[in-house]
Amino acid sequence: MTLRQTPSQTVGPYFAYGLSPEQYGYDFASIAGGDMAPAEVEGQRIRVEGRVFDGAGAVVPDALVEIWQADAQGRYAHPSDPRGSNASFKGFGRFGTGTDKQNRFIFDTVKPGAIDAGQAPHLNVVLTMRGMLLHAFTRIYFADEASNATDPVLHLVPEDRRHTLIAQPIGGNVYRFDIQMQGAHETVFFDV
Amino acid sequence: MTETYRARDWAGQPAYLSPDYKSTPLRSPTRPLIALPQSLSEITGPVFGAEVVTGDDADLTRNGRRNGEPLGERIVVTGRVLGDDGKPLPNTLLEVWQANACGRYVHKADQHDAPLDPNFLGSGRCATDSNGVYKFMTVKPGAYPWGNHHNAWRPQHIHFSLFGPSFATRLVTQMYFPGDPLLPLDPIFLATPAATRNLLIAAFTLDATEPGYALGYRFDIVLRGRNATPMEA
Ligand SMILES: [Fe+2]
Repeated sequence: MTLRQTPSQTVGPYFAYGLSPEQYGYDFASIAGGDMAPAEVEGQRIRVEGRVFDGAGAVVPDALVEIWQADAQGRYAHPSDPRGSNASFKGFGRFGTGTDKQNRFIFDTVKPGAIDAGQAPHLNVVLTMRGMLLHAFTRIYFADEASNATDPVLHLVPEDRRHTLIAQPIGGNVYRFDIQMQGAHETVFFDV
Repeated sequence: MTETYRARDWAGQPAYLSPDYKSTPLRSPTRPLIALPQSLSEITGPVFGAEVVTGDDADLTRNGRRNGEPLGERIVVTGRVLGDDGKPLPNTLLEVWQANACGRYVHKADQHDAPLDPNFLGSGRCATDSNGVYKFMTVKPGAYPWGNHHNAWRPQHIHFSLFGPSFATRLVTQMYFPGDPLLPLDPIFLATPAATRNLLIAAFTLDATEPGYALGYRFDIVLRGRNATPMEA
């Protein structure tokens, strides 16, 4: 039996009190925010931050960025990963670009370990915003990981576009990752 | 043995670039998406279910009360969440948000000149039961104007967000109401292919209507289902 999949529609401009209420100061509990790793979670503490730019180069102040990642040992907190992860690390973060003065998304987390099948450490990203009728998938890799050279997903990407998937260290355990919707450095988006 | 998810039904999805919806031209990818074979990173995803639904989360007529009941026509929204293989998805979280009965969002950026309701927030969440059935109570949202073109009005709608069993099954969508005269004028609804558009419209049903209390609407949601054959390692 095959049913037709429900079509996607835009998240619109007013998602904040539904999806990120605590971040935006609404009186409703959030299921996740930008602070992904409680103190007891093992691993190297990192911050990943960046901005989203539209096709005119303007900063997008109403995007929602979601992160799904493995723990520092490369394990996902999900039943399809049989290895079992850090008990208190859910691996999910969500941040809207409407609260930071520079309209950054900001995730405080632990650096993920390498994943199975030779995948270099990475964050999986869902991006959505007003003006997107369907969310987009991308990935964030880390410039200081030698295993990027053999990562099978990076190898699917033309060499001259790979840099759009790689966060750059800017000091103090902070990585910078900007998302360009269009233009010469348009971020690579995936059909997952 | 791990499993993969069926391909996205691209023919049934709105295109990123849908120029009548005027925010899309600068916010849509211009290069083709790169096909990514599903790995552990895609077939896993955040696990959220009934454990994050507490108190009156599933009753929007109660979870924002300050000094009385919200105004508006009470409705029940219920339905099943299924994979496109027809299998119901149990214990799956749904997050919902909407305008109040006057068509005004609580969001600080919404400047529509219609009253806020001190007793209505407009966001909630619920989870499916073991048969994939969800249900929440709310008031019918109002239509509201937007700046897309002269005299543009969004049809009445409720926003939905679901993860389903993996990151690959993520869905953000909107539910509309039957018979809304604004539907054939709405560039967001119309950006959806004609073959699947009607899947976004709930059905009025007496079965879900609570006598003397609230009208019932049924809205089933279909996510990508599992492939029959397991993923190659
Ligand atoms: Fe809306």
